[in-house]
Amino acid sequence: MENAFGQPQRVIVLGGSSDIARAITRKLVAARTHTVVLAGRSTELLEKAAAEAHEYGATAAPLVSLDAENPASAVPTVADAFDAAGGAVDLVIVAVGALGDQATDEQDPAAALRLMSVNFTWPVVALTEVRRRLLAQGSGRILVISSVASVRVRRSAYLYGGAKAGLDRLSDAMADSLAGTGVSLQILRPGAVRTRMTADLKEMPFMTGPNEVADYVMSGLESGQRIIWSPPILKYVYLVLRHLPKVLWTAVMDRAN
Amino acid sequence: MARTRLTGWGNTAPGFGDLVTPRSVSELQETFQSHGVIARGLGRSYGDPAQLSGGLVVSNLGFDAVGPIAADGVVTVGAGVSIDTLIRWAMPQGWFVPVTPGTRQVTIGGAIAADVHGKNHHAVGSFAHHVLAMRIVTPTGTFDTSPTERADLFWATCGGMGLTGIVSEATIRLIPISSNRVLVDTTKHANLAETMAAMVDGDDNYQYSVAWIDCMTTGKHMGRGILTRGDHLVATDGRLDPPSATSLAIPVTPPSGLLNPLTIRLFNEAWFKKAPRREIAREHSIGSFFHPLDALANWNRLYGPKGFVQYQFAVPDDRGDIVEKAVSRLSSAGVPSFLAVLKRFGAGSSGHLSFPIAGWTLALDMPVGPRELPGILDELDELVVTAGGRIYLAKDARCRPETVGLMYSRLSEFLDVKDVYDPERRITSDLARRLHIERN
Repeated sequence: MENAFGQPQRVIVLGGSSDIARAITRKLVAARTHTVVLAGRSTELLEKAAAEAHEYGATAAPLVSLDAENPASAVPTVADAFDAAGGAVDLVIVAVGALGDQATDEQDPAAALRLMSVNFTWPVVALTEVRRRLLAQGSGRILVISSVASVRVRRSAYLYGGAKAGLDRLSDAMADSLAGTGVSLQILRPGAVRTRMTADLKEMPFMTGPNEVADYVMSGLESGQRIIWSPPILKYVYLVLRHLPKVLWTAVMDRAN
Repeated sequence: MARTRLTGWGNTAPGFGDLVTPRSVSELQETFQSHGVIARGLGRSYGDPAQLSGGLVVSNLGFDAVGPIAADGVVTVGAGVSIDTLIRWAMPQGWFVPVTPGTRQVTIGGAIAADVHGKNHHAVGSFAHHVLAMRIVTPTGTFDTSPTERADLFWATCGGMGLTGIVSEATIRLIPISSNRVLVDTTKHANLAETMAAMVDGDDNYQYSVAWIDCMTTGKHMGRGILTRGDHLVATDGRLDPPSATSLAIPVTPPSGLLNPLTIRLFNEAWFKKAPRREIAREHSIGSFFHPLDALANWNRLYGPKGFVQYQFAVPDDRGDIVEKAVSRLSSAGVPSFLAVLKRFGAGSSGHLSFPIAGWTLALDMPVGPRELPGILDELDELVVTAGGRIYLAKDARCRPETVGLMYSRLSEFLDVKDVYDPERRITSDLARRLHIERN
């Protein structure tokens, strides 16, 4: 059950070993979260995340394995996660994603398929099942980790950006479908974050660390806002960027790279 | 699926449930065929005790009968009768409620479920002290109870936040009055310590006593207070008109941020300046003395869509220092709060989860928004627990589940009674689920 500050008690994190997910988990667990189900691909990383969750105050941090390259596995994985939660789930975070390597991936249809599965198809199938279960429960929140890259897809990362764009638009409309049901959906659009996933990229404007992202998530849960921008200023930055004529957009992006 | 969105008065943590309004005991009994049922009155609790996400919320407003008042002031009323309705019925006949909270918009059922208190707790105790009998509908049957008949169910229900069953009617003893006025002495005090000293010194001379504390000043004026104390005006041919109906209303919810540290500080300053330094035996109307906020309907909307939380704690007499520590912590953090109310409590009732204990109680409203607020309230909880105090479940919307058992030592006994009358745990609420008020 959530409290007045939107702090949940039972949480499922799909993609629980990512740096952003871990930062959010730490904050949640330090607040009111006592049970956090961590679903991920690497057992080793998951175990580290679980140990950390315990350290920060969780009483239970069960692990579930997840293979985001196989969309058919999304439903059983979600089922396992709900079982492991052991009670009404207050928040499900969809944090699966992979950046890939645009330069090589754009030549490779198999890589394109893999990126779509991990960044789009698997999450959408999982979301559909999560939505169904939370509606049956009559309460709960979903947090979809999207990206500012979804706002306007750029040439330098069109596979990742394109998949995130699809996920982002779909989630927004899914949130509309939940109006008045007791279940809600919020979308996190982080800018560039210093994590394992972006380790090979250079420092970008408005780049933050995962802990700042987690702070914005906690405020976003409290306010219930549909889109949580991290950092908040990006809302205004992208308000301008998304409407720039192509020539200017390209020039700005070239400079940012 | 059109479910009703329900919140407490703080407009936080909504619960979407199915709302029904039965009108008879048998209809009430039928609601327990569902699993997941909770009663709801007028929704003036601040948090989530009168809502249940995905469950059945049973309004008691259909139980609205008010009986004739006997010569000794005893009257039987439906649980959905509000204190406002009862006062309007009783005052012209020369009677008043023995205990009234700060708003008249509370049902008798709700007053029992929260075991409400007023400005006269030090003199006459809480609402439960004045309930002679009540009929309670539970999943295992309907029972007539009193402090001596099925006393376990009676006392578990007083302060039990609706978790033992649904009250359909109650018999209470009203107090005689001869006018609709209260004679009030008002004094202003430079800081918290002086305010508290004045209360200890003189409260026993009055039936009613309450202090308004400014939690936003720091330094030597921290906790400056306005103390108002009084008694019913005894008159030979006094007028007994009940309070006039609410005339002003906040029609829409303004954006968040209207009530912020600046505006609240300005309000507090103006309020403090306006109050007389000292005023003796001034006549106040019953409405303005007991229920000042009722003059503005939907005032809670002023806090905007994010809503607000109320924090109210009680600490024993010898731990008045906790009041000072709490005010100090809040004022140094700049957490905006007006309407901080300080009262003294006399001995508590026998309700297992009843809030009042002999000592001090401080209540304050804070807008949801400041990032450090959740952490500060958690700190205050710890202070309160270590001092042997508790927070008020009728106001809570954010406490840790682990602290409830520490604050309410009779929680286990309460759950034992619930086991008898609700063995399948059909009755629950968002509050019960959030605070884990259930046997595992």
